[in-house]
Amino acid sequence: MQPFYHIFKKDLSSELRTRYAVNSLVMFILITISVILFSIGTETISDYLAGGLFWVVVFFSAMSGLSRTFVSEEERGTAMTLKLIASPASVFGGKLFFNIVLVFSMNVFVLVLYSILFDAFVLKNLVLFLTAFLLGNIGIAAASTIIAAIISKAGSKGTLYPVLSFPILLPLILILIELTKLSMDGVGLDEAFVEIAVLFCYDVIMFSVSFLLFDFIWKD
Amino acid sequence: MNNFSVAAESVTKFFGRRLIFKNINLAYENSGIYGIAGPNGSGKSTLVKILSGLIAPSKGRVIHSVDGKNIEPEKLHNYTGFVSPYLVLYDEFSAEENILFFSKIRGINLDKGKSNFFLNELGLYERKDDMLKTYSSGMKQRMKFIFALVHSPFFVILDEPTSNLDNEGKDKVYRLIENYSGSNIVLIASNEENDLRLCKNVVELTNYK
Amino acid sequence: MLWKIALFILICFISIAGIAFPIVENPSAWYEFPLITGLGENAKIIFFHVPTAWITVLAFFMSTIYGIKYLRKKDLDDDAKAYTAAQLGMIFCILATVTGAVWSKFAWGSFWSWDPRQTSIFALMLIYGALFVLRSAIEQDEKRAVLSSVYSIIAFVTVPFFIFIMPRIMKGLHPGSADDNTAGPVVNFKMDSNMYLIFVLSLIGFTILYFWMWRVGYRLQILKDKLEKQFS
Repeated sequence: MQPFYHIFKKDLSSELRTRYAVNSLVMFILITISVILFSIGTETISDYLAGGLFWVVVFFSAMSGLSRTFVSEEERGTAMTLKLIASPASVFGGKLFFNIVLVFSMNVFVLVLYSILFDAFVLKNLVLFLTAFLLGNIGIAAASTIIAAIISKAGSKGTLYPVLSFPILLPLILILIELTKLSMDGVGLDEAFVEIAVLFCYDVIMFSVSFLLFDFIWKD
Repeated sequence: MNNFSVAAESVTKFFGRRLIFKNINLAYENSGIYGIAGPNGSGKSTLVKILSGLIAPSKGRVIHSVDGKNIEPEKLHNYTGFVSPYLVLYDEFSAEENILFFSKIRGINLDKGKSNFFLNELGLYERKDDMLKTYSSGMKQRMKFIFALVHSPFFVILDEPTSNLDNEGKDKVYRLIENYSGSNIVLIASNEENDLRLCKNVVELTNYK
Repeated sequence: MLWKIALFILICFISIAGIAFPIVENPSAWYEFPLITGLGENAKIIFFHVPTAWITVLAFFMSTIYGIKYLRKKDLDDDAKAYTAAQLGMIFCILATVTGAVWSKFAWGSFWSWDPRQTSIFALMLIYGALFVLRSAIEQDEKRAVLSSVYSIIAFVTVPFFIFIMPRIMKGLHPGSADDNTAGPVVNFKMDSNMYLIFVLSLIGFTILYFWMWRVGYRLQILKDKLEKQFS
């Protein structure tokens, strides 16, 4: 198996052993959804609004969890260790794969909770939504991982992460919200083709650009 | 005998505006123990990081080659081993797990015999399944040698190799170094007399300011 | 020196022409502009809004180009050029957003309505803001230069998504968006040759002004860095 896969396994084993990420992310997701539910109170919200809020929860959960993979290496001093045993491409590949797995895990959890708790969240065309969900999560992981690499090398990492990530993720979030609306309206996959194509392009571009640029970030 | 060589050509390093050293020219080949000396803060750690490919020089270059062919930076990591006070291994895993991960990430099959050999030589075999979090600083230091040697690199860089070691630990390490340098290059950066005594020649870093 | 005076005169002329020339139904004199139904006097904002929006995109483009140059040659002068371009870009971005909001108020009734082009210019402002926050979080100049160059490039690749794709897909109020039947694409909104002339002059004037400010800005930045290095 390739080195990147073993870097992923190392990160995974580390998280499973310490369980820090799993616990705190689960709690974070529960709290974010609770805050939204409390703010809405007994008001009914439109389906579009519920759809939009879904991606709000996804965004903030991503901001809470996806920087750990790089920030923890820098903070503990093991970044140098990784430099000594793997090429930059493997490091980025492993961390990216880890974040993809993490994003999918988190967002499936959010999706399940959301579907249960928000009556207005009804998806007439589930296939369309799931396609958007699949491509969207990959895009979120790609963009978030490269930004995590950037901020891990800067100071005051906490607030810097959402500030830097939001402009980059914004086009993705807008498309995903649009696609969610379309799937709620029961629009077919073929009619939403342009949006899906744009989503796919975003993923491809983010992947390529981040692999190309990672070398510059990683070397000092 | 391997045909590994490393050469530094006019290496200069600045951190921002501060000059660390300039115009260093070095060359090491095949095998032997060599030293770099200098008081604290003279740039020994910086120089060895440059020689191991971790950071780039501000000016000049470092060339690593094996059998006459240059080694690309992306492929260098399996030819070099590195020990340093700044090196940190993964606390949440045991010694065995750390060794296994390093081998797999390097893309090399772990030679269990060699790994056990080093664990025994350095007195860590009984504790190999304990998490590094439970190790003393001396044990962690000795663990770093396994990290640096288990993949049989041709070029080993040891920055302050005996820090945190008691006399017994030092002896173990010296024995290991002397054996290893029979067919590989070992470079020691230190200001300890006993460390530098092992070296064939010693470069004084203060000459390069 | 001569061109600076010429530029000053040009900008003065544009400002006066842009604001003071009247808009009448049937323009007869050389200084009169045609009336476009629905816009009236407010059409004049085009002389200021479009150039500032154009400059902010140009500045961002230049900031990214010099970022790429820095990554290739590691010459800190390129970083100074990129940074100055970003600063100017931010200023023009604020100007474009404000002039856009003013136009929006007169034309459509509210200052802000999340139409795709407005969202795009806002996103650009967020990118600039993020860039400045990133730079302020890093002490060493080389690291700062590398990371801001990388971020500019990543931000730059998201820009096509905003500028070209969003308005096509999403419905909006801007001239040129998906379901806009009234006023047609932004630039050929029935300007006659007089208006068009002033418009082009304004575009050229602002662009020259930008390049002038940019040159002054990055040379100042380079000098500042040199002074700091000497006296540390």
